[in-house]
Amino acid sequence: METILDSTPQRTTIIKETDSVVVRFSGDSGDGMQLTGMQFTDTSAFLGQDISTFPEFPAEIRAPAGTLAGVSGFQVHFGSKEIYTPGDMYDVLVVMNSAALKSDLPRLRKGGIIVANVAGFDSKNLKLAGYPEGAKSPLEDGTLENYQVYKIDVTKHTKDALKDSGLGMKEVDRCKNMFVLGVLFWMFDKSMEYTIKNLQEKFGKKPELLNANLIALKSGWNYGDNTEIFTTRYKISAAKLPAGVYRNISGNQGLAIGLIAAAEKAGVPLFLGSYPITPASDVLHELSKYKANGVKTFQAEDEIAAICSAIGAAYTGSLGVTTTSGPGMALKAEAMGLAVIFEIPLLICDIQRGGPSTGLPTKTEQADLLMAMHGRHGEAPLPIVAAATPADCFDAVYEAVRIALEHMTPVIFLSDGYIANGAEPWRFPTEDQLPPINLKFTTTPNSENGKFLPYKRDDRGVRPWVKPGTKGLEHRIGGLEKQNETGNVSYDSKNHELMVKLRAEKIEKIADSIPLAKPDSGKDKAKVLVLGWGSTYGAIKTAVLELLDEGVVDVAHVHLRHMNPFPKNLGQILHGYDKVLIPEMNTGQLRQLIRAKYLVPAEGFSKVQGMPFTTEEIKEKITELHNSK
Amino acid sequence: METSTENTAPVKLTAKDFTSDQEVKWCPGCGDYSILKQVQTVLPDMGGDREKYVFVSGIGCSSRFPYYMATYGMHSIHGRAPAIATGVKAANPELNVWVVTGDGDLLSIGGNHFIHVMRRNPNIKLMMFNNEIYGLTKGQYSPTSSKGIVTKSTPYGSIDEPFNPAELALGAKTSFFARTIDRDPKHMQAVIHRANKHHGTAFVEVYQNCPVFNDGVFFIFTEKETKKEECLFIEHGKPLVFGQTENKGIKLDGLKPVIVELGNGVSKDDLWIHDEEDKTKAFMLARFADLSKDSETHFPRPFGVFFREDRPCIDEDMAKQIETIQAKKGRTSLNKILSGEKTWTIV
Ligand code: SF4
Repeated sequence: METILDSTPQRTTIIKETDSVVVRFSGDSGDGMQLTGMQFTDTSAFLGQDISTFPEFPAEIRAPAGTLAGVSGFQVHFGSKEIYTPGDMYDVLVVMNSAALKSDLPRLRKGGIIVANVAGFDSKNLKLAGYPEGAKSPLEDGTLENYQVYKIDVTKHTKDALKDSGLGMKEVDRCKNMFVLGVLFWMFDKSMEYTIKNLQEKFGKKPELLNANLIALKSGWNYGDNTEIFTTRYKISAAKLPAGVYRNISGNQGLAIGLIAAAEKAGVPLFLGSYPITPASDVLHELSKYKANGVKTFQAEDEIAAICSAIGAAYTGSLGVTTTSGPGMALKAEAMGLAVIFEIPLLICDIQRGGPSTGLPTKTEQADLLMAMHGRHGEAPLPIVAAATPADCFDAVYEAVRIALEHMTPVIFLSDGYIANGAEPWRFPTEDQLPPINLKFTTTPNSENGKFLPYKRDDRGVRPWVKPGTKGLEHRIGGLEKQNETGNVSYDSKNHELMVKLRAEKIEKIADSIPLAKPDSGKDKAKVLVLGWGSTYGAIKTAVLELLDEGVVDVAHVHLRHMNPFPKNLGQILHGYDKVLIPEMNTGQLRQLIRAKYLVPAEGFSKVQGMPFTTEEIKEKITELHNSK
Repeated sequence: METSTENTAPVKLTAKDFTSDQEVKWCPGCGDYSILKQVQTVLPDMGGDREKYVFVSGIGCSSRFPYYMATYGMHSIHGRAPAIATGVKAANPELNVWVVTGDGDLLSIGGNHFIHVMRRNPNIKLMMFNNEIYGLTKGQYSPTSSKGIVTKSTPYGSIDEPFNPAELALGAKTSFFARTIDRDPKHMQAVIHRANKHHGTAFVEVYQNCPVFNDGVFFIFTEKETKKEECLFIEHGKPLVFGQTENKGIKLDGLKPVIVELGNGVSKDDLWIHDEEDKTKAFMLARFADLSKDSETHFPRPFGVFFREDRPCIDEDMAKQIETIQAKKGRTSLNKILSGEKTWTIV
């Protein structure tokens, strides 16, 4: 829908109504693009639009300014319809320099809008971005003729606006992101109110910086309003989201508060032992803020000490947690085995990233599933729970904690860089809406003769949890194989086999307490089932919904949260479809598990580019499989 | 009506109360037996209830220790006991946490945790049984084995420079270092008492004979003929005296320790008076083990408490920080945590 909004004699501005837009803010690490993107996102959320974000950081902390390695991007997809992904292609690309344009242009949709800071396209910047000596600026040489390009000298305008601010060159330059944000707010007809409030909170104690940021922001808006270069503004209505109170949440935030909520509901103290690693460190940062709630955080000397301290805390009756990413998971493997044989609750959170080795630390991947499943020596099964979206990190980790505490077992929680850093609106629960976590410490002997048997199990195969300090129940646990029930060291071969079986059965029985699998979209029976897990949820869901809408392809989507044990009915579900497609950001790890367990010829669809799937990619693949013989 | 006499007077525990029902399985003659016995003997005197003790160990012969104690205990994985113990103590500072470890477990595979536990100083006790060999894996040289030692993995002699555990611990900011030896039960008991009383990580090195793979490495410190010449028993406020008839002493010549004969105008008043709180001198005492290798400056080996200082413990600081912040900010309700600071409503 188009309306003529402003028809002064000099100009005509068209207002275009649309249901969703993808904007990408891209610039040098020092340009403040993450902050700009977040302000833009929060404002959209407050206006009731649905959102999904995708921040992308450079791997190097201080890559030389202006180079490709230093490009930092923030992508936000917002709209009046339900949004499940940050979007395949952008509609609007904001670039602060030539490196940003070079790196991100390929994913700007044809005909899309470019807002470029021309100061970032001088010969020096072109050279830094790797353009040949003497090359013409891409803003001038015709390469962008298929796009609508708005060239603004952001640097100069910001300087002019702040010439009386009394601030130094560097500080003035730092305000240029606010100028850009002002322009974008104008373009999308969004109120600046939220950002103004935020800036007041942030710079409350530094009035000169607050003032400068406000001036830059408003100058950007006025620039949009006064100059004639823009002919179009966009209007997006509020989304029809379910009624309720919402907040914005990233995956790592959801994980952190999910842990707090679960510990409080279970009535146990929370202890986090962690070692800094991208992209998991934010969970350590976040939980460290909750000292007033008794949360203990311990930055250990290494990944091994991190998990070991959590095991120590768990032994005393705390919810012991360790957070990490792939390289840290590898280091924790032996200690995980210890927790398996101890049979104590422990939560190991793996925020996956590209591997092997240091791999792609700031990029996403789902390639730790088989490591989570098998990456310990000996027969050492443990439950695995995977989160699907940023907000789902809360629910999934809550469930992971429930399993750990109720079933006396270490549990691996899988997330990845994509949903850990991405954010979406979340209709958060209240305390009393959270499911109960049933937990009881043992304080009296559990056998007829008054002796305490630390490895005597209940009908779920679960052994008692005793806090040291409990009189009369003193006992020793250890990594050596233990005799059934007594827990004493035993090298008896038959006993070992029995214990291996008992530990495995305990994990299998968890399936009795988890929900059955059912289609997320589509029907129980169809030609193609897309079976997903983890962060591919948004792309698969959007693809399947679009295909169902188009009505040509007979498809359904089942998404797994419990990776081990699988829901009890999964085999039956899989057999309801002619073909099963498993898209994964790895080379086919879930596919391997599914094929081995259910003997169905599942097809894989793999992407290992450090980037999430696009909806288009998945749609194409589904259609291709659907139409093949 | 009968009056119950239960729980009126605390029953004095004995060594037996600290002895588990598990058969002790070290080799005959192993020094570990003595250490176990001394610990079980002194624990009843140290007060505290049996259920408050947690013994944590890693891997190695020494690490079987927790199985033999009738307390709470964890036999964990190689080298990681200090990290696990830190978690236990941080999560529940009420517990008496003891780490039992060996030279390979603590100084080799667990080296990183060792230095970090020293600097963080949780209020735990850490006993390292030093037998200068790997026993459980059947006789390879360890990070404390002397250079040149012939073992299964060094048939032509070891070319590795050994660690000096005392120097290493002091360098890593230990707040307590003491050395004792398996064949001197009285001394060991006294040292364990001191360690238990210490507020902070108390690191005790116990020279322990491994009759199977490294028999006799410490015999010069235990056999009648040599003991008095080779051992220097240090006590706070007392001069450094040793020798067959207590006829020798150690004097400081500036920063240089020198051995002097007593008599002929040299009295005990001229000697170095041991000061447990002097870290510089503790470092010098630690160096004696290395100086001794050189025959010209052969020094006796010091036994006793080298150093102690009172400084904050991480477990207590962690709890204190929480208390302070709680008092200042108050708990945030779970509902508030769930909602965060900024919300919006969709109707
Ligand atoms: S191998 Fe040595 S240290 Fe180990 S139990 Fe036997 S004698 Fe003791």
